[in-house]
Amino acid sequence: MTASYIAAIDQGTTSSRCILFGADGRIVAVEQQEHAQIFPQPGWVEHDAAEIWTRVQAVVRGALEKAGLTREDIRAVGITNQRETTVLWDRHTGEPVHHAIVWQDTRTEALCRELGRNVGQDRFRRETGLPLASYFAGPKIRWLLDNVEGLRERAEAGDILFGTMDTWVIWNLTGGVDGGRHVTDVTNASRTLLMNLHTLEWDERIAESIGVPMAVLPEIRSSAEVYGEAVGVLAGVPVAAALGDQQAALFGQTCFDVGEAKSTYGTGTFLLLNTGERIVNSYHGLLTTVGYRIGDRPPVYALEGSIAVTGSLVQWLRDQLGIISTAAEIETLAGTVEDNGGAYFVPAFSGLFAPYWRSDARGVITGLTRYVTKGHLARAVLEATAWQTREVVDAMQKDSGVTLTALKVDGGMTSNNLLMQNIADVLDVPVERPYVAETTALGAAYAAGLAVGFWDGLDTLRANWHRAAEWTPRMDDATREREHRNWLKAVERTMGWIEQDDEQPQL
Amino acid sequence: MSGAIQSLSRAAAILRLLAGGERRLGLSEVATGLGLAKGTAHGILRTLQQEGFVEQDPDSGKYQLGAELLRLGQSYLDVHELRARALVWADDLARAAGETVYLGVLHQRGVLVVHHVFRPDDSRQVLEVGSMQPLHATALGKVLLAYDPVARGELGDGPWEAFTPRTVTEPAALDAQCALVRERGWADAVEETWEGVASVAALIQDRRRNPVGAVCVSGPVETVCEGGAVRPSLVASVRTAARAISRDLGAHRF
Ligand SMILES: Nc1ncnc2c1ncn2[C@@H]1O[C@H](COP(=O)(O)OP(=O)(O)OP(=O)(O)O)[C@@H](O)[C@H]1O
Ligand SMILES: [Mg+2]
Repeated sequence: MTASYIAAIDQGTTSSRCILFGADGRIVAVEQQEHAQIFPQPGWVEHDAAEIWTRVQAVVRGALEKAGLTREDIRAVGITNQRETTVLWDRHTGEPVHHAIVWQDTRTEALCRELGRNVGQDRFRRETGLPLASYFAGPKIRWLLDNVEGLRERAEAGDILFGTMDTWVIWNLTGGVDGGRHVTDVTNASRTLLMNLHTLEWDERIAESIGVPMAVLPEIRSSAEVYGEAVGVLAGVPVAAALGDQQAALFGQTCFDVGEAKSTYGTGTFLLLNTGERIVNSYHGLLTTVGYRIGDRPPVYALEGSIAVTGSLVQWLRDQLGIISTAAEIETLAGTVEDNGGAYFVPAFSGLFAPYWRSDARGVITGLTRYVTKGHLARAVLEATAWQTREVVDAMQKDSGVTLTALKVDGGMTSNNLLMQNIADVLDVPVERPYVAETTALGAAYAAGLAVGFWDGLDTLRANWHRAAEWTPRMDDATREREHRNWLKAVERTMGWIEQDDEQPQL
Repeated sequence: MSGAIQSLSRAAAILRLLAGGERRLGLSEVATGLGLAKGTAHGILRTLQQEGFVEQDPDSGKYQLGAELLRLGQSYLDVHELRARALVWADDLARAAGETVYLGVLHQRGVLVVHHVFRPDDSRQVLEVGSMQPLHATALGKVLLAYDPVARGELGDGPWEAFTPRTVTEPAALDAQCALVRERGWADAVEETWEGVASVAALIQDRRRNPVGAVCVSGPVETVCEGGAVRPSLVASVRTAARAISRDLGAHRF
């Protein structure tokens, strides 16, 4: 019997999933388990990496059971993961030395400011494509080495390994203390502030500046190549891909050509634009990152616009204000009115991010009159996501010279019709949703399948992409321009709220 | 009161009692309050508890009104929630069938399309969410008519508009079809709305088994039908999708 399925492990921020795909890219089975979110103090977010590994094993087993398949049916497994979340562990025991520090955690803000010294946030941007911000892995490693007793000595002696979640899962999957592979892929490595984008190697000088010993770092590999063979439930199955979640979504959306972009609407929103073999430096607050690298082909780069607050604003309306009881209900509420009634909502909850980068900003609701109802506020909430997308798209156009002709979308918020229509309206381009909503897992499966020859090339994958829905622009230019001006005025109102610039944005 | 069912009247009295003043009452308080035997009061309370209309505090053993009562007042399912829950299954149905998929709910005297998945051939198609379809002449409509008495009531006595020569316009014929729909668990409409178009639909239920909507596959007669009838494989796919969506509606909301 020939193995005719590909497994993807999606190690996300709130849950881990295993999805099995058939050759046509259709989902055969899904299994999902949440893990604990640990909040030791305000601004800190941790995960228990040992728990995550337990969950990952359980969902793999569960998905196989649901589909009635065994490891013999699985041709390869690919990994995709929450990016930047950092764990250090003892290579001899396999025990994490501390909880993993999650990407949202802001404990390294002061450290990042100190590392920026007189040069500022962009000290390592030319090499790494990233600003010095608490989001990224490098400073998180440094914090652990500084704060876990005796850790730096053990790290320098070569007893400690670092990994983002891809590395942690692959090391365990390929045997752990018994010969586990200590590797990461170029996309995950490009989120550490430690990798040189041009050479795709660790930058020793930067590692030294940040205070990270080279001995803890994994080997940087391609996104699609066989890293090793799994042991355990998937024994013998090639572990053949790793991609950060947003890059995996870019790949799953088959954005293989220069100028193709996707936007994933979840808790936050991440818009990635394929810039091909070109490393495009951003002067408008975007990040430069590796999109993917297949085997020993040249790497494909991407520009990334990260929007901190989109789905989480809907959650805020639900949990903090209680004016809706489920996220989807916002569309019903917004449907009770024709327009925003003059109200604008800029959710700069922890400062303004791309393209402004103003940590002194805080959220505002503006344009209020007696006339405004909760329906208008619901509209303003959805429009905030659309306008933030517009700002990122404008920044991308300035940085790359690429004009978007359509936007491919995915993620939980794409079930909101009103929002999708609104995005098409403010961007003035069609918005397209593909069939498989799970583009993140699909991207990891695609990369793994390519690595083992399950799929013969990018064209085959592209042929699997089909449009499930399309929203075409319906707003007239005058309205769009007026609304845009109002949005920009509202953004203006957020700035300078925090008087002493003593807080960096949490990105 | 002639014709009143005694146990229902007593249940109503218990609910009124719990809704007034104290809010939390023990079994004997309920029994004495209404002049009932303890055993009788207990039986009614237990039934109300099973239905979620009454809750019992695990520590004190006292009774209070249940969350289900609050939900009754606002118990329609939000259509956007329905779409969010159905998304994955509707996508998969469209891919498996190779045809267009619609989700519809009863709205006034017609079927409101709340979700639409394109036929997976990447041809130009226009999103039809928000449009209306006729109850008596579509597979979606016939499912709603068969299972939702409100829908049948809304439609009235006919005769109804004929969109094609095959449209069912007379009440007797339509009611006979609805009986068949209930028996088989699915409905079809072959060239009853548009010439050359056939569709097959099945019921979506919420966790209390109330009819909340229907899901259908729709396409050209040549691909949807085989020897004059809807292809059995399509019927199976639609019913599987309807069951999967219903199952997901039973899960916790988020
Ligand atoms: N119909 C809707 N309208 C508006 N927002 C919605 C709707 N449905 C879901 N959301 C929002 O989308 C988000 C969930 O999306 P998704 O499941 O893609 O999250 P995610 O960021 O990928 O999670 P993870 O980090 O675990 O991978 C929530 O913030 C929720 O508020
Ligand atoms: Mg995710």
